[in-house]
Amino acid sequence: MKKTAADVLPTEGGLGNEPLLAVDDLHVEFTTRQGVVKAVNGVSYDLRAGETLAVLGESGSGKSVTAQAIMGILDMPPARIPKGAIRFRGTDLLKLSEEARAQIRGQRVAMIFQDALSALNPVFTVGWQIGEMFRVHRGMSRKDAQKRAVELMDRVRIPAARQRVHDFPHQFSGGMRQRIMIAMSIALDPEVLIADEPTTALDVTVQAQIMELLAELQRESNMGLILITHDLGVVADVADKIAVMYGGRIVENAQVHDVYRAPAHPYSKGLLESIPRVDLKGHELYAIKGLPPNLLDMPPGCAFNPRCPYRQDNCVSSEPPLYEINSTRSSACHYWREVLDGSHG
Amino acid sequence: MSESTPMAPGTSDTLLNPAPPLPPSPGSRPGKAEKPASLWSDAWHDLRRRPLFIGSSIMIVILVVMAIFPSLFSSVDPTQATTCQLATARQPPSAMHWFGKDNLGCDTFARTIYGARVSIVVGITATIVTALVGGLLGLIAGFAGGGTDTLLSRVTEIFFAIPAILGALLILSVFDTGNMWTVTLALSVLAWPMIFRIMRAAVITTKSQDYVVAARALGAGKSRIMFRHILPNAVTPVIVISMINLGMFISAEAALSFLGVGIRSPEISWGVMIADARPRFLEAPSPLLFPAAFLSITVLAFIMLGDAVRDALDPKLR
Repeated sequence: MKKTAADVLPTEGGLGNEPLLAVDDLHVEFTTRQGVVKAVNGVSYDLRAGETLAVLGESGSGKSVTAQAIMGILDMPPARIPKGAIRFRGTDLLKLSEEARAQIRGQRVAMIFQDALSALNPVFTVGWQIGEMFRVHRGMSRKDAQKRAVELMDRVRIPAARQRVHDFPHQFSGGMRQRIMIAMSIALDPEVLIADEPTTALDVTVQAQIMELLAELQRESNMGLILITHDLGVVADVADKIAVMYGGRIVENAQVHDVYRAPAHPYSKGLLESIPRVDLKGHELYAIKGLPPNLLDMPPGCAFNPRCPYRQDNCVSSEPPLYEINSTRSSACHYWREVLDGSHG
Repeated sequence: MSESTPMAPGTSDTLLNPAPPLPPSPGSRPGKAEKPASLWSDAWHDLRRRPLFIGSSIMIVILVVMAIFPSLFSSVDPTQATTCQLATARQPPSAMHWFGKDNLGCDTFARTIYGARVSIVVGITATIVTALVGGLLGLIAGFAGGGTDTLLSRVTEIFFAIPAILGALLILSVFDTGNMWTVTLALSVLAWPMIFRIMRAAVITTKSQDYVVAARALGAGKSRIMFRHILPNAVTPVIVISMINLGMFISAEAALSFLGVGIRSPEISWGVMIADARPRFLEAPSPLLFPAAFLSITVLAFIMLGDAVRDALDPKLR
């Protein structure tokens, strides 16, 4: 009898008031020739069913590595998880066997990638690739799997799905390819979907359509969605809450509208101010000064201190903990009060 | 229908903004209904109009038919000793005997035709064996990495260190049968490491591609990733090199037979014929020149085919 994901983890229960997925004090490091790169340093966030969490940060902030750790697709070595837990319905995924984790991937937790062209196998038709999910995990016949592939392509609104199921990835436009990637990832009704910069490779009008599609699929199935992005514009409409990452840590946790109204961390504030605005046309566009930190050689104290306009001496001498502002909000800045106030005036 | 231009490279999403049919770009083939084009059907489409491919294919088809049904080409069966007449040895080419007669009075044309079989069988068998062994081990080494890769790579390096001709001489003098299977064995043993290296390198490149990571993220198991996602994308260079190797194997077989360690009389092979005709070459050049010409043309045909296939499969060379 083939083991299924339900044997590995209970499909229901174990939740109560607990989140569906909880990342707890996760650390990930990579051994390289130059030394140990600490890519993720104590990240915690949680996700409930039907909720959308946006993880925001620039390249190298550790947002994708965290996602890969959740999926269990980090190459180990060179990667290592010295500390932390990833609890899915109460079970720590990091303690499961590789075989058990393979059952969870795709069936319970799925992922879509930034560049759908390179994430689809160039030598097989899209129907074959979507159908693969059903053949591998559900033991369906080729014909049934193909039928389900057409249904899924309809569900992600690919026109003429019945004909296009026989086409190859390179014959689709960028937006359509991302829809195919989405169709594959939702094929087995996962409870958590991680979207790693799903719209970065697309042009703006298509970005909005893809985000709309993801939000709609989420409403239908009540799955938890983790949206990894560096684009604040993408986040505003769809996310419920936001985790801003910098230098492998979470620097601000908040409900989306709170961040937009008044960021509580200088980095979030800098990100918001660097969005071009029509009403400020002709003014110089704000940019956060300096460069992201070198993960091999992190600055002492707060990782953001070399770029921070609010810096005081203790930012260099002591690393700020994640201060709790209220029940839904926290900020890793010694001066979060000043940042919060300053953004009003 | 909004999808009338499936090859259009535009990124506009055709759901809400149905793109107008684009004017045919130079790359697309207007008029005809586009068939779904995979790498292979694309390559086939491209190959069919290459003179290099057409020419080499025709030659290879003729040679293969010659190897399977030599009696179609020659009414004389040179494997029957009765067809040779010592009295007519070294007759020059004539209307009856197009390529003349050799030192033993056998018809050179018939022997050349019958000699194709050994070359083709040795070439094809050695190619298949090296592609399977080298390809499979290369796939395993590239995919597994770590200790497995190190071990297999060191083993192939030992094989690389053996000078090919000495290695073949050694193997053939140990298994001293004089038939084509030992020659095939010797060539396969010495040539698989080359395929191994090519396959391993291709697998390592493919392994880090996004679609392999994506397949893992969507729950594909190890063997599925290896054979369904990596192999089809990594096998191209092995196919190309194998075709070129095929020609090399044929010429190596002739060289070994010429040296007297490969195939030996009474088996007929071009190498044997060249060796037999060599002592009296100045008196009667035709028994040497004709099999040599067939040998060169055969090797050339396979190398040309390999070249054509490489060009068709490598989009960068288009």
